[in-house]
Amino acid sequence: MIIKSTLKGLATAIKGLSLTVAHLFSARKSRTSLDIKQENYFEKQEGVTTVQFPSEKMPIPDVARYQLDVEIDDCIVCDLCAKACPVDCIAIESIKSPEAIGKTSDGSVKRLYAAKFEIDMAKCMYCGLCTVVCPTECIVMTDNYDRSTTNLADLTYTFSDMSDAEVQKRKEEWTRFQAEKEAAKAK
Amino acid sequence: MSSLFIHILTPVAIFLFIALFTLFAVYAERKIAGFVQDRLGPMETGKFGLLQTFADILKLLQKEFISPAAADRILFAVAPILIFVAVFVGFSVVPWAADFVPANTHTGLFFIMAVVSIDAIGILMAGWGSNNKYSLLGSIRAIAQMISYELPVGLSLIAAVMITQTLNLNEIALNQGIYSEQDLFFLGIWNVKDIGGILSWNVFQAPHLLVSYVIFFIASLAECNRAPFDIPEAESELIGGFHTEYGGIRFAFIFLAEYAMMFLVAMLGVVIFLGAWNSPLPNIGNVRLADWTTGLYWGIFWTLIKSLFIVAVQIWIRWTLPRFRADQLMVLCWKILIPVAFLCMAISGIWRITVMV
Repeated sequence: MIIKSTLKGLATAIKGLSLTVAHLFSARKSRTSLDIKQENYFEKQEGVTTVQFPSEKMPIPDVARYQLDVEIDDCIVCDLCAKACPVDCIAIESIKSPEAIGKTSDGSVKRLYAAKFEIDMAKCMYCGLCTVVCPTECIVMTDNYDRSTTNLADLTYTFSDMSDAEVQKRKEEWTRFQAEKEAAKAK
Repeated sequence: MSSLFIHILTPVAIFLFIALFTLFAVYAERKIAGFVQDRLGPMETGKFGLLQTFADILKLLQKEFISPAAADRILFAVAPILIFVAVFVGFSVVPWAADFVPANTHTGLFFIMAVVSIDAIGILMAGWGSNNKYSLLGSIRAIAQMISYELPVGLSLIAAVMITQTLNLNEIALNQGIYSEQDLFFLGIWNVKDIGGILSWNVFQAPHLLVSYVIFFIASLAECNRAPFDIPEAESELIGGFHTEYGGIRFAFIFLAEYAMMFLVAMLGVVIFLGAWNSPLPNIGNVRLADWTTGLYWGIFWTLIKSLFIVAVQIWIRWTLPRFRADQLMVLCWKILIPVAFLCMAISGIWRITVMV
């Protein structure tokens, strides 16, 4: 019994050792086929699989969905994306406008200014729900994934293009409009 | 005066060698681990990551000296020194080339076995002194393992010593090549005193010593706590075992001792079984390969090459085989290695009185 199991142990150890030494010597070249879309991907599994990241990159799909991006000109500031977000990483602040500001590229009328449109990518869990609910398809996932930074604040992406002065001006405009409306009502 | 100078120079040289070897071996270990797992290993620090281990050691050297508040200060501080010294002293009797040995003593092999077992006390001191349950568990495991595995190591060495009839490592080395003063017989029948080379190594003078060597190799892996016998360290269950609480230069010394031990047992195996500093190339007629490749520098070269090869095999085994469970460890030692080692010892005795008359 013990002799049998000893011999078996020895045999399996030798089998394992020959497997690892085969890998040791096949590590002289790196894997040739990195793109999983290629037909022969699984036939070319020999060699080192490491990708030396900043200098080499893995091929990614054409419609890869990684980092979020907002086309702010097409945004109607409806806040649906912020409501859909499971981790609350989107923060939106809107200012109402007295009249229509303009139209998005798909023809929706814009009635709100985006005073603040921030996405905290450190919180984002890349579920893509915000892109689904967006009525104008202005929030999308791009194929950009390499946005590493040493400063955590850099991970909060700001998309609003309004300056502080402009925000102040629009706010005043709206309060004046409200006041005028109140005055008109009181007459 | 000059002898005093040599007495100071030798330990310094050995220490420098150990330090250099450790730097090299850690790099080799990480590279081999990488290649075995289809990775590249360290690549960023220097060309091909060559400076990685220098960066590591610099990091360790500049770290703060921390002793845990609950630790036994004296044991905690002395343990790394003891562990390192036990291994370091072992190098004093191992020959590097013909008559090129730090201390040529008649009890060399006995001495090396004695000092290397002090290592176990150092590990127990480290584990107990840390006052940490994982460290203590690790050191208790280490003691159980090292004491058990000293038996197969000792028995396989006795089997070899019965053939060599001397404990002097320098003489054991001498009697495995063309410088030998007595007749050497390949497999006990063919006189190969003038041919030398691989044929006159101890494992081929008496073939059962091959089995002895395998036992010695397996047991010495356990002696230096290397995978698959690394249950005293067991990163995944004991967070490093007995050296959990150590950091900085103290950890560096424990680490140094571990790699020095790897080289020491590899070198001891080479000296006793694999022809020591003798060339593996035999004399063939007028082509005097053994004569050409034996000498002081050749001796150092062969010792290094053979030992580094054995170290490479140790690393290779580490990255292949999974860790033993404690009971499997004991079964392997007491039920397999020790009986086979006893058998080899008995064959050695019979060999001595029937073949080598």
